[in-house]
Amino acid sequence: MRPDISASGVVTRIDGPLLFLQRTVNVGLNTAVEVEGPDGAIRLGRIAAVETDRLIVEVLQSTTGLSLSGTRVRFSAEPLTLAVGPGLLGRIFDGLGRPIDGGPPVPAVQRLPIDGAAINPAHRELPRDFIETGVTTIDLMNSLVRGQKLPIFSGGGLPHDRLAAEIALRARLRTGMAGKFSVVFAGIGVSADSAEYFRSTMESSGALGHTVMFLNRANDASAERLLTPRYALTAAEYLAFQEGHHVLVVLTDLTNYCEALREVSASHGEVPSRKGYPGYMYSDLASLYERAGCLRGIEGTVTQLPVLTMPADDIGHPIPDLTGYITEGQIVLDRELDRQGIYPPVRVLPSLSRLMSAGIGKGYTHPDHPALANQLFASYARAVHIRVLASVMGAEALTDVDRRHLDFASAFEQNIVAQSHGRTLEQSMEIGWQVLQRLPPAELTRLSRAQLAAHFADDGRA
Amino acid sequence: MSEATLTWAAGPVIHARMHGPFQIYEALAVGERGLLGEVVQLKGDELIAQVYEDTAGLEPGAPLRGTEAPLSVLLGPGLLGQIYDGLLRPLTGLDAPFLAAGERLRVAQRFAFEPRIKVGERLVAGQVWARAPQAGRLSLVRAPPGVDGVVASISTAGDYEDHQSLCAVVDAQGRERSLSLLERWPVRMARPVAARLPASTPMITGQRILDTLFPIARGGRAALPGGFGTGKTVLQQALAKWCDADVIVYVGCGERGNEMAEVLNELPVIEDPRTGRPLLERTVIIANTSNMPVAAREASIYTAITVAEYLRDQGLHVALMADSTSRWAEALREISGRLGELPGEAGYPAYLSSRLASFYERAARVRTLGGDEGSVTVIGAISPPGGDFSEPVTMHTRRFVRSFWALDPERARARFYPAVNPLTSYSEDAGRVTAWWQANGNSNWLEHRRRLLDLLGQQARLERMARIVGKDALPAPQQLTLLLADLVNEALLQQSSFSVADRYCSPARQSAMLRLVMRFVELAEAALARGVPIRTLVALPVLPRLKRLGEEHGETDLAGIEELGREVEAIVLALAANHAP
Repeated sequence: MRPDISASGVVTRIDGPLLFLQRTVNVGLNTAVEVEGPDGAIRLGRIAAVETDRLIVEVLQSTTGLSLSGTRVRFSAEPLTLAVGPGLLGRIFDGLGRPIDGGPPVPAVQRLPIDGAAINPAHRELPRDFIETGVTTIDLMNSLVRGQKLPIFSGGGLPHDRLAAEIALRARLRTGMAGKFSVVFAGIGVSADSAEYFRSTMESSGALGHTVMFLNRANDASAERLLTPRYALTAAEYLAFQEGHHVLVVLTDLTNYCEALREVSASHGEVPSRKGYPGYMYSDLASLYERAGCLRGIEGTVTQLPVLTMPADDIGHPIPDLTGYITEGQIVLDRELDRQGIYPPVRVLPSLSRLMSAGIGKGYTHPDHPALANQLFASYARAVHIRVLASVMGAEALTDVDRRHLDFASAFEQNIVAQSHGRTLEQSMEIGWQVLQRLPPAELTRLSRAQLAAHFADDGRA
Repeated sequence: MSEATLTWAAGPVIHARMHGPFQIYEALAVGERGLLGEVVQLKGDELIAQVYEDTAGLEPGAPLRGTEAPLSVLLGPGLLGQIYDGLLRPLTGLDAPFLAAGERLRVAQRFAFEPRIKVGERLVAGQVWARAPQAGRLSLVRAPPGVDGVVASISTAGDYEDHQSLCAVVDAQGRERSLSLLERWPVRMARPVAARLPASTPMITGQRILDTLFPIARGGRAALPGGFGTGKTVLQQALAKWCDADVIVYVGCGERGNEMAEVLNELPVIEDPRTGRPLLERTVIIANTSNMPVAAREASIYTAITVAEYLRDQGLHVALMADSTSRWAEALREISGRLGELPGEAGYPAYLSSRLASFYERAARVRTLGGDEGSVTVIGAISPPGGDFSEPVTMHTRRFVRSFWALDPERARARFYPAVNPLTSYSEDAGRVTAWWQANGNSNWLEHRRRLLDLLGQQARLERMARIVGKDALPAPQQLTLLLADLVNEALLQQSSFSVADRYCSPARQSAMLRLVMRFVELAEAALARGVPIRTLVALPVLPRLKRLGEEHGETDLAGIEELGREVEAIVLALAANHAP
């Protein structure tokens, strides 16, 4: 490996986060650099473009304080890396992978490039190990499996942090063969109290020892936010694919990430796409979200639980929209349910888990699980539709069957969605069957006759 | 071979100074690692190229080598049953679970070879000159387009590697061309055919809502637009599994890695209902997942259709599933932006529409150079931002396809799959395939289809009305229409891809189900006319059984459908008789 090379007095122009240098050394695209200003502070950056006689460096931290003459640039020989080792567990890092818990640096077994590499699709194993999260709307209706990426689409002020923390604490396999389990938490542009909430929750339950935290605070440079999830995912991949852990990665809040992406793109003078976000935002988000999965022949897995706050609660906004196209479903939180005091306020109908069918049913959870979930979805969708009708015409104008659907809808929200403590899948299913009792069996066309006979005493059918 | 020296690099775009002639769109090997690239602009002594792999580490001064040919792929008898990247490099057989950039050694395949031509005989494009018996459907080896000459030499039967030269042909000008089991074809160029034939036979998809309401003909083109979570991929996969094409080319363009894993996991274990062989054997998978390089995503669509055309030229009916063409268009946009081109609508380059047109135009039913019939049917998924169909990719695609299968978020949220919206979807192929359906199981097919569409159209209108006045206030015939439309949705149009009994529906079963439901529609309308109250009809205990028709009576139980039909007939007729005026 080539030793690091320094150069000073080569900076010819500074424009926002971009540094234009004379090309005095041979360095390649995307190589990491350290920029030291006259103030002595060291900033991380990387080579964004190379020309015959010029280099463009993208500084990933604030450029305030840099000058043309007094700036030294140190070129490394490789892209940005993270030092990884078993010592990562229990530690807290800043958004650039430097310890901020007062502890010593992590003894490095290896240095891994933070951009990772694409998993060969032919080496992926189909994720199908059901994870019980204790949340009925997830376990029963939108099941999470190991190796999945399932984001929480939330809004400002909704309890997504609490939900993510609870899932991280409760998640378990039903088979009991839990294996080594760890949590990687990446706070991207989060407020100090958000980060502290997560830390203290993990600490009070004794889970901090198998947690790694990367914290990019709201007042850190925005370009740094682009790196925080990459450091976190690199740590997760190491723990999963080399140490054999089952890693749950909580990334919050991806909206801050995308805002930073837009900001940096604008400073590069790139042609913007929808709402000013760069045209490559899909590819860029994919380079994060696709770093989840199971590999053939390797024990560990990476499961992602990204959290994003939908700007103006709009699910069609580019951030949730592009995310939904990449991730394997979404859990949508709802302000109206939250106002009614229902926790967790999961809006079931637009929520989805694409890998659910692979991980539930006979041989995985319970043979009746798919049909029950399907029937609950169909009936609740119909009930919500009727509720809209009722709000126009009044409930008196409805037929009897329609009124029973209204009753079903509120029971669904009060008994299935709302919950004060974790439930096993069996408990969740039991509640599901009970709530369905409020509907006439003839309406339950997604259930087989055998299922109806087993769960409904007064089977009204001929 | 010309060389050049890199002068500028940012992202996937590079500039280089040429030391010899290069062609536009020539394929390149870039840098020490030999990254694959393609020339996109030539000016003065400078070339601009896009690189199909991660460019990290490239620096000025790096060498570039030309290949003297446009971006091309190797096609041959070993194609089926494999998974490739967007540039048709095999993804199986690599040791590392992560993909690295750079040249990959191609592992040669060995085939038993039997010559089918003698020295001195004439060989023209499309003609069979050899046999590779282990290659299954691709066992006949044909002369590639452009060949026309006399065989000067041919190897004897035996085991050979696929790239070995086995035959030499001398043309009228005295130029010699050697043939191996492989042929190279530039992906951006359509392969020639003897004639394009009109579409007349439906491609049976096994999905009732498509086959009955919005059919696609062999050689047809369909678009499948839908916001996220509306079931595009599940439907594409269902089509890949159950449609009656001979072979499937499935291209995952900028989509999820786990979905590719799903396809790879299922296809080897599901049996082809027609041949009894694993479905994987009739499939070519091209995977460029969303985190693989963006320029290769742009190429993967062309790679896929070139493979499809090659298979078509072997006399096969091919279905190409492209998931998703929006990611391809976005790759065009991204590269166009980096080249500094003037953006058109929503940042897409102005040539988006012509690229889409030329892609879809490569779908056709044809007479091949070899004289056989073959077809390429293209089904392109579209992922419109925000589910808004007025965005450029959906809008332009609409102009070039004949079947438009619009997915509906409201249906998807109620887990009503396939979530094809019957009111906004259409098929121009319906008229062309009517004769086939009339000859194959349902003489009233056209009439039934029209009646179904009519019922569904009325349902939408009546529901709007019911929202204002209340359902009970509607006159009885309109209440019946709502009941029947609901039955059509539940019994016919809903079909779960995850249900073993119902995931595939043969033409015979579709016809039986359609006849039964249409008969019920007739009987119920007659009963109402004779004075049977609507309440009685709504409460008919046989209705829930009709709604579970597909689920309860699978492919092996067509008799069950007939029996239920007789039962329904008796029940409703008896009802009507009791209410005789």
